[in-house]
Amino acid sequence: MSEPNNEPMLQVHNLAKRFEGIVATDNLSLDVAAGELHAVIGPNGAGKTTLIAQLSGQLMPDSGRVWFAGNDITQLPMYRRSALGLARSFQITSLFRDLSVLDNVALAVQAHAGHSFRFWRDARAEPQLREPGRALLARVGLAERADWPASALSHGAHRQLELAMALAGQPRMLLLDEPMAGLGPEESARMVEMLRALKRELTILLVEHDMEAVFALADRITVLVYGRVIATGSPADIRANAQVREAYLGEAEAEGADHG
Amino acid sequence: MTGPLNVRNIATVALLAALVLLPVYVQLGGDRFMLTLFTRIIILALAAVSLNLILGFGGMMSFGHAAYLGIGGYAVGMLAHEGVLSGFVQWPVALGASALFALVIGALSLRTRGVYFIMITLAFAQMAYYVISGLARYGGDDGLTIYKRSEFFAPINLSNKVQFYYVCLALLYASIYLVWRLVNSRFGMVIQGSRSNDMRMRAIGFPTYRYKLVCFVIAGTLCGLAGALLANHTDFVSPGIMYWTRSGDLIIMVVLGGMASAVGPLFGAVALLLFEEFLPFVIKLVGTPMFGDAAGRASEYWQIIMGPLLLLVVLFARGGIDGLLSQMHRKVRS
Repeated sequence: MSEPNNEPMLQVHNLAKRFEGIVATDNLSLDVAAGELHAVIGPNGAGKTTLIAQLSGQLMPDSGRVWFAGNDITQLPMYRRSALGLARSFQITSLFRDLSVLDNVALAVQAHAGHSFRFWRDARAEPQLREPGRALLARVGLAERADWPASALSHGAHRQLELAMALAGQPRMLLLDEPMAGLGPEESARMVEMLRALKRELTILLVEHDMEAVFALADRITVLVYGRVIATGSPADIRANAQVREAYLGEAEAEGADHG
Repeated sequence: MTGPLNVRNIATVALLAALVLLPVYVQLGGDRFMLTLFTRIIILALAAVSLNLILGFGGMMSFGHAAYLGIGGYAVGMLAHEGVLSGFVQWPVALGASALFALVIGALSLRTRGVYFIMITLAFAQMAYYVISGLARYGGDDGLTIYKRSEFFAPINLSNKVQFYYVCLALLYASIYLVWRLVNSRFGMVIQGSRSNDMRMRAIGFPTYRYKLVCFVIAGTLCGLAGALLANHTDFVSPGIMYWTRSGDLIIMVVLGGMASAVGPLFGAVALLLFEEFLPFVIKLVGTPMFGDAAGRASEYWQIIMGPLLLLVVLFARGGIDGLLSQMHRKVRS
């Protein structure tokens, strides 16, 4: 679907954000090509989640610009960005815990099915909402648990549900904030497979700590340290980059050695 | 999960039917006072049902809901005072004024959350209370007597107590049905989703503010209707009906009855107002043989018993009376 053109799907130009003197995002520029899976990595506190929050509209930057699919979205509220096709998943699972699993996805479908000033018909009996909802659950492997309350799902299943909800609006681009966080090795592997399947259809910006997953999936990687981009390139470039090794990968490898 | 024949549904139908049959019991020689008491219960239940739409389903902790009782009530009272007696004028004005007030309060308060939301709704309601208290032409603090009830076309005569009872009951049942339809519609799903996780709702593409505002206005309008009924019921309005403790009573009815249910507030209103009415007698009756006169004096403080009861409900029965009835069903089955 995504025809090759030179215009990036997402363009970030000189983005800056401070919190009471602490620089969270420091003149950050970045672009993500259509159809690309672009990973953003960096040590804790590098400003990855703050970046996602500004891209999704949860936080407004102090300065800088963000373009998405040719639109300047710098000042748009969250719901408008979502309507343009920019969907986001959350690092800390953020669901409607007191609604059923299917209700959760059906709400996400409803968000993209016109306005919701419809006061009378039973929304749980509308096939236009329920059927796409069930299809999405099947896609992420949750079909059998459709009627469970969302709060009863395991952590791994929550992440799958998150993904189903992000996909509900048939977005052009996904912002994924640590989709593997807290997953066991088996669940992680399944999530990597799911993302691999998705990356052909959509543009993805992936913030992730799991280096194995990042290097397996990413077309390009951007490394953040203290809110600043210190390197952008292919996985091979990043692996070879001395500055990155010093700032980040060394630490990660040491961690990996501990675990291994 | 729960079939149609369970404790909760049977209790609900029994209560709804008992309310329909109450005037028959009174006609057959029952206590006439019961008709007056239950008319009041029904009207306040309607107010609680409207509050539950925003509080229970929408998670909007409004602490100023009684303001609409006052606005609806004073719309009727002031118009009657000025010689406009037609219900076809009074009631739409009551609803319209309540809707407008809700629109203004909602537009400002819904930009805030948590404690700020509670405080802003409370502050606006108290402001309305003081404004009304200051209107010397309409009785000020002392309130305003309504000499003639709202007039409708020929067969309907609100001065007839039985007729008035049935008008109130029909409006209550219609409101419960309306709320039930609303909360299960697409609109209601947005409201419930926003209660559960407002930020996520915005992230998946809902401009939640405007939905919550519409919900807030619907709830205010419905409570304005209760206000118009209350003024007709007591033939009198005073600023007291919109004092903040009255808003507190409405919240208690909702919490006691069950927040996640359309009929819950009816249970809550019946329970609270019957307690209020009969607990003093019970305390006196049970206590006098044991404690003598002290029990009589203690009966004035029936809230001493009501308070802990409410605490127990909040601690151990989050779903309120409605939730308890549903649980009983599960226990019976297992």
